[in-house]
Formats: sequence, structure tokens, C-alpha cells
Amino acid sequence: MGPQHPGRPGGPHAAESAEVGPKIALRALSVSYGDRRALTTVTLPMQAHRVTALIGPSGCGKSTLLRAINRMNDIIPGTRVEGDILLDGESIHAAGTDVVALRRRVGMVFQKSNPFPKSVFENVAYGLRITGVRDRRDIEERVEESLRAAALWEEVRDRLHAPALTLAGGQQQRLCIARALAVQPEVLLMDEPASALDPMATQRIEELIHGLKRTYTIVIVTHNMQQAARVSDTTAFLWMGQLVEYGRTEDVFTAPRERLTEDYVTGRFG
Amino acid sequence: MIGARRLDGLVHGLGASVLVLALSALGLLLWDVVHDGVGRVSWAFLTGYPSRRAATAGILPALAGSVWLVVMATAMALPVGVGGAVALEEYGSRGRWARLIEINIANLAGVPSIIYGLLGLGLFVRALRLEHSLVAGAATLALLMLPLVIITTREALRSVPVSLREASLALGATKWQTTWHQVLPDALPRLLTGLILAVSRIVGETAPLIVIGALAYVPFVPDGPWSSFTALPIQIFAWLARPGTGFRENAAAGILVLLVVLLITNSVAIWLRDRSSRRRDA
Amino acid sequence: MTARTRRVVEGLIERTLWACAAVSVLVTVGIVLVLVWEAAAFFGEVSPAAFLGGRTWTPLFYDPQFGVLPLVTGTLLVAVIAMLVAVPAGLLIAVYLSEYASTPVRRFGKPALEVLAGIPTVVYGYFALLFVTPWLRTVIPGLAGLNALGPGLVLGLMILPLVSSLCEDALSAVPRGLREGAFALGATRLQAAVGVVLPAAMSGVSAAVILAMSRAVGETMIVAIAAGQQPRLTANPLVPIETMTAFIVQVSLGDVPRDTTAYRAIFAVGLLLFTGTLGLNLASDWLRRRMPGAVR
Repeated sequence: MGPQHPGRPGGPHAAESAEVGPKIALRALSVSYGDRRALTTVTLPMQAHRVTALIGPSGCGKSTLLRAINRMNDIIPGTRVEGDILLDGESIHAAGTDVVALRRRVGMVFQKSNPFPKSVFENVAYGLRITGVRDRRDIEERVEESLRAAALWEEVRDRLHAPALTLAGGQQQRLCIARALAVQPEVLLMDEPASALDPMATQRIEELIHGLKRTYTIVIVTHNMQQAARVSDTTAFLWMGQLVEYGRTEDVFTAPRERLTEDYVTGRFG
Repeated sequence: MIGARRLDGLVHGLGASVLVLALSALGLLLWDVVHDGVGRVSWAFLTGYPSRRAATAGILPALAGSVWLVVMATAMALPVGVGGAVALEEYGSRGRWARLIEINIANLAGVPSIIYGLLGLGLFVRALRLEHSLVAGAATLALLMLPLVIITTREALRSVPVSLREASLALGATKWQTTWHQVLPDALPRLLTGLILAVSRIVGETAPLIVIGALAYVPFVPDGPWSSFTALPIQIFAWLARPGTGFRENAAAGILVLLVVLLITNSVAIWLRDRSSRRRDA
Repeated sequence: MTARTRRVVEGLIERTLWACAAVSVLVTVGIVLVLVWEAAAFFGEVSPAAFLGGRTWTPLFYDPQFGVLPLVTGTLLVAVIAMLVAVPAGLLIAVYLSEYASTPVRRFGKPALEVLAGIPTVVYGYFALLFVTPWLRTVIPGLAGLNALGPGLVLGLMILPLVSSLCEDALSAVPRGLREGAFALGATRLQAAVGVVLPAAMSGVSAAVILAMSRAVGETMIVAIAAGQQPRLTANPLVPIETMTAFIVQVSLGDVPRDTTAYRAIFAVGLLLFTGTLGLNLASDWLRRRMPGAVR
């Protein structure tokens, strides 16, 4: 993957001149639900092994953007997409794109933890079983591996067969992360993964994200400015469906180029 | 203002009395049936065969016939109904075809049951030459059941949270894997509740069976799907149509058996519903 | 599984599921085909004008007459009696349950009413024949043992929960704010109900009434057991009559040979019944869609 270089300062188009292409590239992406336009011509590169934070007030389109990357918006009737998204330089909207395969490469963690009403073990194993992994030993190994990667193994190793819904809120969310990791994606999309958690659980998730970026490219939506500042390398600020500013996180927070961004990150609205 | 208040109280009282009156009528009906029939219910009645003499007649062939009918009709209507509901609910109900099918199902649910009898008569009994067999009766009831199964399954599927589908799809599960492994299991308790209600509806159906010609003297327990048959409501009707208080007592006793069967199935449905709502709260 | 086979399998499954959904359309097509096919044979022997306009229905006589009007009036007579019971009572109960009743009363009252809807119709037939009519005869001298009144009243009881629950849905679909607005002006609950809520719920209430009518017209066992088998053109509820459904049952029970005009007549009557109830159902559906806050 790309050499260690700082997130490129500059406008949305800066990355296109890079010698190594971005992992994910949004090209003039617009998304509408029925008559309502949720996202307007957003062009945005996301580098491999970086954490990109999407910030902005509610309804600014950040969740829509996130869900566009694994085509989760497809399941909402009446959704229309214009422009394109490239994953490793290839369009995810090209004719014949296998959405199922795409989603295996691009995992997702949701705002509200949504474990299946099954055991802890089966939650993590589900992604393997549906891809046709049958061997018990394989599955057990991968489950343990994923739970370790999600920093949950020590807490649940004795209750692997307890219902997942009996775990605490923060544990459930880490279980959802483990579940996403089990299918070995390349990208991890996180939609406000800590918004429903207490500060301790939030801290654990943030530490986890920090460790995960070595292996994965992470895109995280967050409401929480401090969180964005803590966990991300680059930050994109969206407002009313448009990309206002994008750059190195420290630049966006300490020296924003746009007045709107400054007002938002300093908490003057939002 | 006083007048308006008094009128308000009057309507309140009237509404309450009408409700009490309707429920008393229900009580009266049940009391009447118990009063007339309870003397006839006995082990001999439950295990006996029809007879020309009222006092020795039993209900076993009708009871067995009803069980056969319900099991066979459910086996036919369930997969088709659930499949259709999954298509409409999970695979999108926006196309013109889906819209047509939806309107069609809503209207089918309102077609009088006797019309299904005419369909069964024309299609199963005559065109397919199934005659008065259990297969013909069950197939007729299955058609009657189909819209009910589709409607209740759709309601059950609608109660499954979207987040569950999203979780599965985001892992790269296909639509069918998501439906089969996550959505259907989650909808199962509600689906079963609805199914049992549909079953209790067809247990009591009489008219379509009469129309396909099932009102026959059947002094034996059916031995297979091609056997001719009788069923509880038909036996009740047959006794009711005969002169003499003896047969009327038999009809009342038959009704008691039918109501107990319904009570049991409905209790199971309520138990299932409560259990699933408790599980959801946990 | 490769991506290709996976997609093939998924496609097959989807097609199978849609085929299941399409079966319901085939049922409708089947009903129409069977009724039209057999009725066409009937109308080859009896002109539609004689059928729809005739005042005498004697299909089993030596010199058969196929004027369906007596069956239609018999059906309507029973249905109207049922509606006279079910509509006012159902509406009162709905207003009471949605505007007045306390939560425990509602919690008990609604499912208790639903029990009425769950009782098999053959049981209602028994009740009409052996309890209601004998009791009515002690009050009304000259009431025949088989008549339109007894089964009509019992049929009203049977469709009562349908009317009350649909009306209640219609009433509770009226926005809370409308009611509170009326209360704020000092209206009593009745004034609010009659002046504001009921008019706003009118299309839903009419939908309920029409659906109940459709149910009453199509009901079979109560009338087959307790109303008689004497087709006559009358509005007198005290004498035996015959409904369309009861005639179909009568022929099905008897030894009417197949492939006779009398036998085919049940399909012509069935077609008329199907058309009538379908019209009522569609009208009800159309009205319900116009309810405030209509979902479907």
C-alpha cells in the first residue's frame, strides 16, 4: 500500500494528482431519495490505511455518503445515484458489479449496535457460514481471531454461546465490529459507532479504531468533534449535502479554510 | 350546556350498554350450546361413528376428517403463501405486477367463502376429477386460506427491524440468505400466531365443503388423502338438518367439540404471541 | 459457491417466490373462469334478461322459472336487518371504546368482541334456529319457524365486531389535535365526537359499513340453516325466504343431476354474488384509501 505520507492538505481535488491512487474515490457523487437530494456532487478521495472522519450537522448527508460506499442505499426504494465511486480504481456501479462481493470487501458498523438474536459465537460465524466456510476448526479460529481484533475476546471467551443480546452496550458494538472483521474486509465503514455508548465504552472503541487502521481503511461518521479530532487522519466536513472542506484533521480543526467549517468545529452551530 | 352534558352521559351509558348487550349475546349463545349439548359429550360420543340413531351417534370420523383437512390445507397454503409474502415484502412491492398482486390479495380476502366452494367444485371436483376426496376439500380450503396466510406473513415480516436486514446484507449476505437466516426466524413467532388464526378460520368453514359435495354419510375415519371424508362443521350441519331433538343435542355437542378445538388453537396462538413479545423485551 | 452460481441460484429463488405470489392471481382468474364458463352454459338456456328481471325462482319445478329477483331480495332483506343491528351498535361501541372507555374496559372489551368474529357460522346458524327464533316467536305471533328476522339479527351480531373495529380504526386515525381543539372550545366528548371526529372519520366509517354489507351478503350458513328455502319476492321479515347463498347450498345438498340447467344455475347465482361483493369490496377499499392517515 501507499507510503506513509501525511494527509494531503488542499481541496477535494488534491488527491487526484497523487502518484498512488486513493483506496476509495468519490467522483461527483450525488444521491437522492425520491425527490429529496441528500448529497450533491461530492468529490472526495480516501487513502488506504487512514481513518477518514465525516463530520457535519444532522441531515448533512454524511450517513448517506457512508452508505453509498457499500451500496447500502440500494435497499432503500427510490434511491437514485449519480456520479461514481471507485474502489481501488474500479467503479462500484459498473454494469455487472457484484454487490454481494462489494459488501464483503467493504464492511459496515452501524450507529445502533445490531447483533443478531443469536449467540456471540454465531454472530461472528454468520459472515463465514454464508460465504460457504464449513470447517468447524476454521470457523472457531476465525471467530477467536476476530473477537481478539475487536478487543472483546477476553471478555466473552467464557460465554461464547450466551445470547449476544445479553452483552453490555459497548460489548455489543465491539461484537458488531468483530462480526464485520470476520469476513476480512478491506474497508470498514462506521456510522457513529459510539454515539449510544458511555465514555468508557467510547474510549475502548476509539482505541480499537486506532489499532485497526493498520489493517483496514476506515471511514467514520461522527457527531462528536473531539472524537473526530482524536481518531482520524483526514476529515471531511459536509453541510447540506455538499462537501465544504476536506483535509488533514489537524488543519481542518485548527486552521479551517472556510468560515462555515470554523463555525461548526468551534461549536457555533450544529 | 346542561343538555349537552346530559346527552354526553347518555351516549356514554348507551355505548357501554350496547357493548354489554353484545357480550351478553355471546354469553347467551355459549350458554345455550353448553346447556343443549353438554349432556351428550362423552368418551363414547368422541370415539363413536355416525349412526341413524341419535343416541348412539359419535363424532370420530368428523374429528379425524377435520384434522386431515387442516393439516393438508396448511401444507398446501403455507409454503405458497409465505413465499408470496416474502416476494412482496422483501423483494420489493413497487412494480406494476406487485401492485396488481397486492390489490388482488386484498380482494380475495373479501370473496365469500361459498365462492371458493364453487371454484373447488369446478376446478378440483370436476375438471381434475378429484371427486369428494380429502385432497379436493383440502385444496379448496387451501385457496381460501392463501390470502390470509399472505396477509399475516407480510405483517410478521414488517415487524422485523430493518437493522437486522442491514446487518446481514452489510456482511455480504445475499437477499435470500438474509431472508432465510435472519428475517424469517425473527418473524416466526408472529407468523405462527397468524397462521394459527388462519387455521382456526378454516376449521369452522362449512359452506365451501358443502358446495364441493362433502356432505355425505361417512361412517369411517379417512385412511388417506384420497379417502372421502366428513368434517366437524359438516357433521354439525347434517345433524341440525335432521328432525328430532336427539340429533339437535348431537349438533350442540358437536359444536362444543368444535369450540373446544378452536379454544385450544387460539390459546396456543396467544401463548406464542406473548412468548415472542417477552423475548423481544428481554 | 462462485459468484456466478450464487447469482443464478438467487435468481431462481426470486423467480420461485414471485411465482408463489402469482398463484393468488391465478386463484382470482380461476374463480372468474369457472363462474363465467359454467354461467355461460346457463345463459345459453336462460336469457340474462329473464334471469335478472324475472320475479319467479322455481328451478326445481317441472316447469322451471329462473327469475333471480326473489333470491336477491331475500339476500338484501337479511343483510339489511343485519346492518340495522350491526351499524348503529358497532358505531356506538366504536365511539364508546375510542372516546369514553377506560383502558381496562378497552383491553377487555376489544378481544371479547373479537371472539364473536371467531365463532364458526354454523354455530350462529344453530343459535338463530334453535334459540333466537323460538324466543322471537314468543314475542311476535305469526313469526314462522324459518324466517329472515332471526338469522338477520344473528348475522348482525356476527358482523358487529367487524364494524366496531373498523370504525374504531377510522376514529383513532383522526388526528389528536382536532379533538383537543374541540375540547378547548368547551365541547363535550359527544360534541367533539359528533361534530369533529365523526365527520373527519366519515370515509373510514362508510368503508366499514360497505365491507360489513359485503360480508352480510356473502354469508351462507346462518341463512341456509335458519332462513328457509322458499324464494319469494317480499320485504316481510316474518316468513321463510331464500338467499342466493342458501340456494347454492340447497342445490349442493340435493340430488340435482349435474349438467342440468338447475345445477348450472348455482354458477350464475355465484357469478352475481361474486360481482356484487367484489363491487362492495372495491368501493370499501377506495373509501378506506381516502381516510386521513391512510397507510395502504
